[in-house]
Amino acid sequence: MNDRPQHIVKSFDEDLSRLDNMLAEMGGLVEAQLTSSIRALTRNNVDLAAEVVTRDADIDALDRELEAFAVSLLARRQPLAADLRTIFAALKISSDLERMGDLAKNVAKRTAAVSQFPMVPTTASIASMAHVVQAMIGRVLDAWIARDAAAAEDVCARDIEVDQHHVSLIRELLTYMMEDPRNIGPCTHLLFIAKNLERMGDHATNIAEKIRYAVLGSVPEDNREKLDEAAILPHGDHGDD
Amino acid sequence: MTADTPKLRTRDVSVHYGDSPALTGVSLDITSHEVTALIGPSGCGKSTYLRCLNRMNDLIESCRVEGVIELDGENIYDADVDVVYLRARVGMVFQKPNPFPKSVFDNVAYGPRVHGLATSREDMERIVESSLRRAGLWDEVKDRLREPGTGLSGGQQQRLCIARAIAVQPEVILMDEPCSALDPIATARIETLIDELCENYTIVIVTHSMQQAARVSQKTAFFHLGDIVEVGETEQVFTSPKDPRTESYISGRIG
Repeated sequence: MNDRPQHIVKSFDEDLSRLDNMLAEMGGLVEAQLTSSIRALTRNNVDLAAEVVTRDADIDALDRELEAFAVSLLARRQPLAADLRTIFAALKISSDLERMGDLAKNVAKRTAAVSQFPMVPTTASIASMAHVVQAMIGRVLDAWIARDAAAAEDVCARDIEVDQHHVSLIRELLTYMMEDPRNIGPCTHLLFIAKNLERMGDHATNIAEKIRYAVLGSVPEDNREKLDEAAILPHGDHGDD
Repeated sequence: MTADTPKLRTRDVSVHYGDSPALTGVSLDITSHEVTALIGPSGCGKSTYLRCLNRMNDLIESCRVEGVIELDGENIYDADVDVVYLRARVGMVFQKPNPFPKSVFDNVAYGPRVHGLATSREDMERIVESSLRRAGLWDEVKDRLREPGTGLSGGQQQRLCIARAIAVQPEVILMDEPCSALDPIATARIETLIDELCENYTIVIVTHSMQQAARVSQKTAFFHLGDIVEVGETEQVFTSPKDPRTESYISGRIG
């Protein structure tokens, strides 16, 4: 789990590994939910989308379970130093994962709505964006289990890729909407789907920052590069159209 | 004295009991009007260090103290220092409440009497009352001033000892595990008292409770094998200690 010496009270180490296991299980579920929601979208599979919506309750339940367990650890173990940071980080990571689950669920809900329309050929771009997000989730979870701050840092670096995908998707979708107003309905859903993926990337980045805090005890400065999607949308102040 | 001058400044303090070293060159500044917690495993030297600060170790024949210990810039181990006066300036509260076998009133009046701080009976009554008030004990004992101090509860006895310590208007109060014999309620009372006292006094406390050190102190020093391994802001020491030995100790690891 990490290179710190064991606790004198062995059951505390067991408690902390249980915390890890709960997060790993949640993270695995989130990954699976994202995969399924994107597969449902690209294959127009409404049943699979419905399944994703139902299964989100499992992630919520795990989040509540982890929260209760972490609070009991705070009360029973009165953790300090790395233990305190670990439990605090686990609580925050659990919230991030729970939110990621909600976003995957929202992707699935919109898949059902998008399936009513003739196919817009954007889903491949969405799938490749989702692919990057998925890799981030997998790596950030590995970084947590290994308590590897450097690996977590690498995850943060990938967020810019997600942002780039997001921006180019917005451009693509705008083009379709301008071509044919009948595309506006499905494209709006796809815009939100892309936004959801972008948010999931942000949550993965949050998790990476919590890992850094848990391991090193310091909070990174906020100097990460961010793409501003507002800058690429048409503005209403042109006057000439 | 500027605000930055430490109340107590210690440099390279080494202590030997006979041939065995207890402290090996400890340097630490104790800031005025702050609570400094000394933590560390049994036998690490924290109590020995504490007892150097008012020369309590003088009472142990085999004990040899080297290094510099300055109170407001004056070496307290200088030959011309009046040890009785020093111990009035640097008071001490022990692990086990140890009231004198006298009345509550006389317990508190003892120090001022020895040091001639009261000019009249009314003056003495005023000192006793204000000391008991500052120790948070007045309301509980004001009708029992003539009863023996040993008849009070453990927590009350400890506050009586604190009242006795502050009756001689000390500048520094040393506390050696002052709550280890008390229940959580009495402990909370003493901790509240420590918060209030540090407005007027400089406090150094030895404690085995990490949570207590985290609750009451502004600075924490971690002792290990007769030396200070880490000293810093309490919040930093308990959330992100720098030394792995501190980390292992405060989080209960085998290190």
